[in-house]
Amino acid sequence: MSRVVVVGAGMAGLRAAEQLRASGWSDEILVLGQEPHAPYNRPPLSKEALSGMGAEDPQTWADKLAFRQRPSVADVEWRLGTEVVGADLGARRVTCADGTEVGYDGLVIASGIRSRRLSIDGPAGGRFTLRTLADAVALQPALRPGARVVVVGGGFIGCEVAATATAMGCRVTVVEPLSGCLQRGLGDLVGGLVQSYLSGYGIRMLTGRTVRDLHPVPGRPDRVGSVVLDDDTVLPADVVVEAVGSTPNVEWLADNGLDLTDGVLCDERLRAVGRSDVVAVGDVARFVNPRFDEVARRVEHWCIPTDTARFAAGSLVRALHDLPDDRPRFAPMSSFWSDQLELRIQSFGAPGLADEVTVVDGSPDPCALTDGLIAHYRRGGRLVGVVLVNVPANRHREQRELVSASCPG
Amino acid sequence: MRVIVDRALCDDHGQCEIAAPNVFRIGVDGKLEYDERPDPSERDAIEEAADACPLQAILVQE
Ligand SMILES: Cc1cc2nc3c(=O)[nH]c(=O)nc-3n(C[C@H](O)[C@H](O)[C@H](O)COP(=O)(O)OP(=O)(O)OC[C@H]3O[C@@H](n4cnc5c(N)ncnc54)[C@H](O)[C@@H]3O)c2cc1C
Ligand code: SF4
Repeated sequence: MSRVVVVGAGMAGLRAAEQLRASGWSDEILVLGQEPHAPYNRPPLSKEALSGMGAEDPQTWADKLAFRQRPSVADVEWRLGTEVVGADLGARRVTCADGTEVGYDGLVIASGIRSRRLSIDGPAGGRFTLRTLADAVALQPALRPGARVVVVGGGFIGCEVAATATAMGCRVTVVEPLSGCLQRGLGDLVGGLVQSYLSGYGIRMLTGRTVRDLHPVPGRPDRVGSVVLDDDTVLPADVVVEAVGSTPNVEWLADNGLDLTDGVLCDERLRAVGRSDVVAVGDVARFVNPRFDEVARRVEHWCIPTDTARFAAGSLVRALHDLPDDRPRFAPMSSFWSDQLELRIQSFGAPGLADEVTVVDGSPDPCALTDGLIAHYRRGGRLVGVVLVNVPANRHREQRELVSASCPG
Repeated sequence: MRVIVDRALCDDHGQCEIAAPNVFRIGVDGKLEYDERPDPSERDAIEEAADACPLQAILVQE
């Protein structure tokens, strides 16, 4: 019997297994995943799970957040708690941390990304990141009412943690190196509105600032007590959350001739460039989306594991069964959402690529943000994305279709 | 085939309507309406909707 091996048991790994079955792969599927848990949903980790789970044990969190799995993957073999440390794509095998070697006919790269850390030494206690369930379980008890929390990084995860911690009664400061929060995802205008909205809830926003040093609590060298910024500001801190971006998990693929600069470079069929028997899915995959341009990018949005898995499984099964592939190019319509206090931010397309933003509905006033706002994002005059803040879902389809029509792919 | 949406989970994201507009619809009040016994030809679209629901609130039964 032939075998497809999936490396990474996150959302993309699960969706890949399901979509391999949906694409007609009836032979063996083996998923190797580093985390001890079955695939679970990450977005709640910075939102309702962080504030709502209390001191439940990690398994309770894992059970509540686990993805429902399609019946078609009941016979898939899962080896959890298993890290893959190497691969020999020529010999078609991967090597696990315990030395076990596993051969494959087809390989799915679904190893995702991990949180980057501040490259600053200093005390380790009181410093957190947020990517995994284990991270959230560790962070949750530190977010006590009154705790002084410094979030480093004002991107989506940083702002969501800041919002959730504020709702939990913490006193929160966000330190963002750019001139405003959420700039990369939402642009200056809408990012600025959300930032002002969050400030209105008492979150202190220090933009254009970087962290220079982390100092310990006096007498407790292993515990962070304050954060020192590049302008010498000292922020007393009980908790430091490092939300400073991510690094793709690709080290295990080294020395195979793949292009691993920022994830795994894929061709238009989501195959790792140069390999017909290897595909990449989810946050780790870097691919061109012909809807927007010809630049290959990674996209860290929740819809991407599902979209990439559906397409890549089709590519892999066709290659392994020697079938022709005449499908149109992969061209997903990406979407993203973020919940921050009473804001529900929803985007379609690629607002991050725009050079011009216009508010087409609602008023660009942070106090009016909860009443609803629609912004259109243009690049070279062409609509490439929309952002909806607190707009009821009955308008989502119409707005998405505007982007679809101007970026047909 | 039967479609069940866990109303306690559903948070009106509207992703299901985008994937399967013949089965799921967000009404003028912004709330979800859906067909519990859809035509079998909708199966792929419904499975896509179940995958796309951020709350994983959609259950498809045989
Ligand atoms: C806190 C948080 C909140 C988010 N909120 C939103 C949101 O509101 N909206 C939105 O659109 N998106 C959100 N996202 C993004 C979304 O969750 C991700 O895009 C999605 O989880 C990506 O799935 P993935 O399977 O590609 O990668 P991952 O989820 O990173 O899964 C990869 C898995 O592979 C494992 N692995 C890595 N290396 C190896 C190895 N060598 N051997 C074996 N296993 C390995 C990892 O342990 C991990 O379990 C959020 C993400 C986080 C972390
Ligand atoms: S996608 Fe899920 S949460 Fe959103 S309306 Fe549909 S069922 Fe409800």
